[in-house]
Amino acid sequence: MDWFDTMMADFAVQVSGLKKFYAGRPVLTEVNLSIRPGEAVALLGANGAGKTTLLRILATLSRPSRGKAVIAGHDCVKQAERVRESVGFVAHGAWVYDDLTALENLTFWTTLSSRPADGEELRTALTAVDLDRFAHARVRTFSVGMKRRLALARLTLSRPRVILLDEPFAGLDQRAGKWVDEYLAAFKAAGGCVLLTTHSFGRGLGVADRIVILAGGGVVLDTPTATLSPDDVRRLYEAHAEDPT
Amino acid sequence: MYARRAWIVLWKDVLVERRSKEALNALFFFALLLLFIFQFTLGGDRERLAGALPGLLWLGFVLSGLVGLGRAFLTERDHDCWEGLLLSPGDKSAIYLGKLAGNLLLMLLVEAIMLVLFGVFFNIDLGRRLPALAGVVVLGTVGFAAVGTLFAAMTAQVRARELLFPVLLLPVLVPVLLGAVKATEAVLAGESLSGVMHWLKLLAAADIVYVAVGVLTFDAILEG
Repeated sequence: MDWFDTMMADFAVQVSGLKKFYAGRPVLTEVNLSIRPGEAVALLGANGAGKTTLLRILATLSRPSRGKAVIAGHDCVKQAERVRESVGFVAHGAWVYDDLTALENLTFWTTLSSRPADGEELRTALTAVDLDRFAHARVRTFSVGMKRRLALARLTLSRPRVILLDEPFAGLDQRAGKWVDEYLAAFKAAGGCVLLTTHSFGRGLGVADRIVILAGGGVVLDTPTATLSPDDVRRLYEAHAEDPT
Repeated sequence: MYARRAWIVLWKDVLVERRSKEALNALFFFALLLLFIFQFTLGGDRERLAGALPGLLWLGFVLSGLVGLGRAFLTERDHDCWEGLLLSPGDKSAIYLGKLAGNLLLMLLVEAIMLVLFGVFFNIDLGRRLPALAGVVVLGTVGFAAVGTLFAAMTAQVRARELLFPVLLLPVLVPVLLGAVKATEAVLAGESLSGVMHWLKLLAAADIVYVAVGVLTFDAILEG
């Protein structure tokens, strides 16, 4: 184990010198970011700042052009399969089949991920997101928010060490949003690591230990949230994300 | 666990199709339309029919197969589930085998319906020849579905999918089509299976090669 690996072992997520180009156009020019186990980070930035790109690289859905991304000690490019065992990812799409019921969707994804859950576990996951009454209803009849909640139920059943969430509060009502906050707080307390993107200055920041603002292809601000109010965050965002110079 | 993962993909595809009936309904009416066209073209001329029937039968199978297989991964694409398949830990070839089994079931069902309709439309007694014919059809369909499932995955995310899919698939299917049409011709002419063993061997070899290639390359195709 060299010094780099030793340093990595302390972090659940470690990103160093990360660059990403799409058709020659830089999206991420130099991203450095570390997150420890039991820590949650909220990623802020204007549209096109590269938040989703960064999450997709960490989730192994996209490869970095340069630099290194490591999750739970595994390289996101060279050890993608190991990373996938550790990561739970909820993207914009809910990954649900409309013609299956909520219960059938969860059965499908847990079995496919080699983490089959029994009926009790599936029911508990659905109850947690307030969908237990709709367990046998086809997802076709669900609203966007209900599909989002089903995606979160899938996430809880995958038992990840690192959670990556892209706009997790989009489409959620107050009750579901509160449940997400509580779930993430409990996940963090159990040693899990969370990286979430958000455009909201209220929701999501409550659970975050740090906010990181992406602009101009890199991290322009990385600060603890302990002493920040939503208004402080808004001011910081306006100062950094909207005018990275 | 590998078999269980393949099984859950098959279970999901069968369930989705049973409830939506999107592919089955479309393929049934497509097959019916083809038969009407063939019937109008050939009329009741038994001599012309005997020579053309094996080719027509497989033309019907291929055209309906192209429609069915081309949709194989559309559910994943339309419901943003492609990323979910990609991120599920474990050997991705299990997903391929599950998808292949689902496509095979759908194709064999449509082909069975087409065979019955061919019998009715062209007044052919398939009774005695049915077991041999079924063997040829199954062997041909396995190779067709194996390579079709692979190319459906390959083209699912590209813009010119409808154009690219048949253009890629049909040249690769030549050995299967050649063997299947020749063996079908012989069986319909009343020959026994032992008389067309060389074609059956070709079909079986193509099936093994295509399924093996699918299992070995599906991971790379899914990763893009």
